[in-house]
Amino acid sequence: MFKEFNPAEDKILRVIDNEGQLINKKWMPQLADEQIQKAYNDMLFARVADTMAVSYQRQGRMFTYPPNLGQEAISGALGNIMTEEDWLVPAFRELGAWLAKGATLKDIFLYFKGNEEGNAFRNVKKLLPMAVPIASQLLHAVGIGYAIKLRNEKDIVYTVVGDGGTSEGDFHEALNFAAVWKVPVIFVVQNNQFAISVPFSKQTASVNVAVKSLAYGMPGIKVDGNDYFAMYSALDYSRNYASEGKGPVLIEALTYRKGAHTTSDDPTKYRTKEEEDFWGLTDPLTRLNKFLKAKKLITDTEEQTLIEQYKKEVDRSFEEAENYPPTVLDDVFKYTYVDIPEDLKIQQMEHEKFLKWKEAQK
Amino acid sequence: MNMVQAINNALEIKLREDPTVVLYGEDAGFEGGVFRVTEGLQEKFGEQRVFDSPLAESGIVGTAVGMAIAGLRPIVELQFCGFVYPAFNQIISHAARIHNRSRGKFKTPMVIRFPYGGGINALEHHSESMEAMFGHIPGLKVIIPSTPHDAKGMLIAAIESDDTVMFMEPKRIYRAIKQEVSEEKYSIPIGKAKVLTAGDDITVVAYGAMIREVQKAMVMAKSKNISVELIDLRSIYPIDKETIIKSVQKTGRLMIVTEEPKSFGVAAEITAIANEEAFLYLEAPVKRVAGFDTIVPLPATEHFYLITPEKIFYELEKTVKF
Ligand SMILES: Cc1ncc(C[n+]2csc(CCOP(=O)(O)OP(=O)(O)O)c2C)c(N)n1
Ligand SMILES: [Mg+2]
Repeated sequence: MFKEFNPAEDKILRVIDNEGQLINKKWMPQLADEQIQKAYNDMLFARVADTMAVSYQRQGRMFTYPPNLGQEAISGALGNIMTEEDWLVPAFRELGAWLAKGATLKDIFLYFKGNEEGNAFRNVKKLLPMAVPIASQLLHAVGIGYAIKLRNEKDIVYTVVGDGGTSEGDFHEALNFAAVWKVPVIFVVQNNQFAISVPFSKQTASVNVAVKSLAYGMPGIKVDGNDYFAMYSALDYSRNYASEGKGPVLIEALTYRKGAHTTSDDPTKYRTKEEEDFWGLTDPLTRLNKFLKAKKLITDTEEQTLIEQYKKEVDRSFEEAENYPPTVLDDVFKYTYVDIPEDLKIQQMEHEKFLKWKEAQK
Repeated sequence: MNMVQAINNALEIKLREDPTVVLYGEDAGFEGGVFRVTEGLQEKFGEQRVFDSPLAESGIVGTAVGMAIAGLRPIVELQFCGFVYPAFNQIISHAARIHNRSRGKFKTPMVIRFPYGGGINALEHHSESMEAMFGHIPGLKVIIPSTPHDAKGMLIAAIESDDTVMFMEPKRIYRAIKQEVSEEKYSIPIGKAKVLTAGDDITVVAYGAMIREVQKAMVMAKSKNISVELIDLRSIYPIDKETIIKSVQKTGRLMIVTEEPKSFGVAAEITAIANEEAFLYLEAPVKRVAGFDTIVPLPATEHFYLITPEKIFYELEKTVKF
């Protein structure tokens, strides 16, 4: 696969076209109908949750949130490939992948409602909290990969970064360390063509992201990230490659951020309607929906029922987050250290005294 | 043992008894590091556990964060204090915070070792003392030994700590002090200062390579009948307020000797502690003897910058006579 889609020639792996028609039989993954249906449902759920998250934010019930609209096939495929034993080291625009790894929507909402507790994902092993300093998380994935290798374990580490992140030094250090150490890490670049307002053409003079892997001595492949089957196929191939002890892989998933960067951003300032319409035709859900319809695996009514059901589910999770107990002063202090210094305890105590005094003034 | 041997011995003990300990850095594997602190360890423990990494500080610290998350206890060596800066993001944004961010789900039991300080006739970037910057970061612990015995015990405590520890090594005295150091395992708790000499007239707080300079100044002080209580701080953060305050309450005077740039430093922090906790005991203004707020000069000019016993004595006498 890596030879066939040589990134130096800017080849791209695509399996279905915008009409949902199979165009590359060779790389069509062998999936049962139910698996495809489940993948579609997961992606649909992520989209409903994402869209509702944006509206909760607009209603002032949540803080800044980074929409995933249009990028669902990447995390959808990741979700179907990852096992419980694998690690996920995410950036911050990974709703679908978090859900796929088992994170609860309640926790995700809790986090974007400003409660750090939501970032612990306590019910899931091997899922790191979201990392905001761009690209810095990639090195953690490599370190985890080293630990796996040292202990002769079988886990794979999946780590995600944006196209903007590929300009950061840590991206390059991570690829280099991973290749030198030959660790089982799969780097997934969500190339959604924007880093806030900056288009991909201003990030790099390389023909694509995947080609950068070659310089580090590891394989890389550019994939249509809006094509669920292509993503699945590339991840599946890469996973097998990494589990054979051959080392890391770089996957560039070409996609398009249909929404704003975050809820505080207005993309109409830096891109045109024409561009948005053009990329709109590549929408991952529409394509998979067309594929399923052609196979008579879904109808519009069924889809509508699903959406209604998902909306209720999302609302329930949001309510759970809203009813979560309020934070206390101890939340500020208690995890700064494992072994908390005396002085920090005193700082907390002193503030408690102040709070009592304040209460007494009422 | 000298300090290099004591540190090597601590590393060896931990590598032997704890299979989760790994050690790496630039030249730290095969060659044993630029100061030969890790010499012989790769031979003893193999290339999987003691190894050379690519030359990239952010990469070294960032991968250590990942290893720690996955259950290892990495010890990384950075070559000089002046070359820690490329790793700042990983240290400040992750090593110091993963435990907080994940609400205790993950921790980062790792040690970041590096030599610091001046007085070795070095090029630019090789003489810096930036402990205050690390002490300022919530989530980090920062310790500095002043003797081979302490270096060994403190490093063992650092490796066993579940928090990230910056272990700064006073390279100027790496080989300058020899002392009996037990081959047995022992540890010295992080956060505890030590009264090295009891005295009545003034408290001097110092650490690392400055201890020896203060001790030389104390010989001069003694001939003038000035009795100095010398405290080796050992831990920059957490800082042992209790030992400092108790001493200041006794002597009524306080001087801090550090080789860091003076402003916003460890000495300033200790001054603030004395102000907050021992104000009424003070009989003279607290004195900071510290490096200038300049770049540490190259060897031809460095003698102006270095804190000498004479300079320490000069300030000491003024503070006592105030
Ligand atoms: C080190 C760092 N610099 C700047 C920022 C502010 N910032 C947040 S998201 C972002 C753009 C990221 O773009 P990309 O990597 O393409 O990811 P995307 O947002 O498209 O998912 C920037 C600049 C940051 N979080 N971290
Ligand atoms: Mg982007």
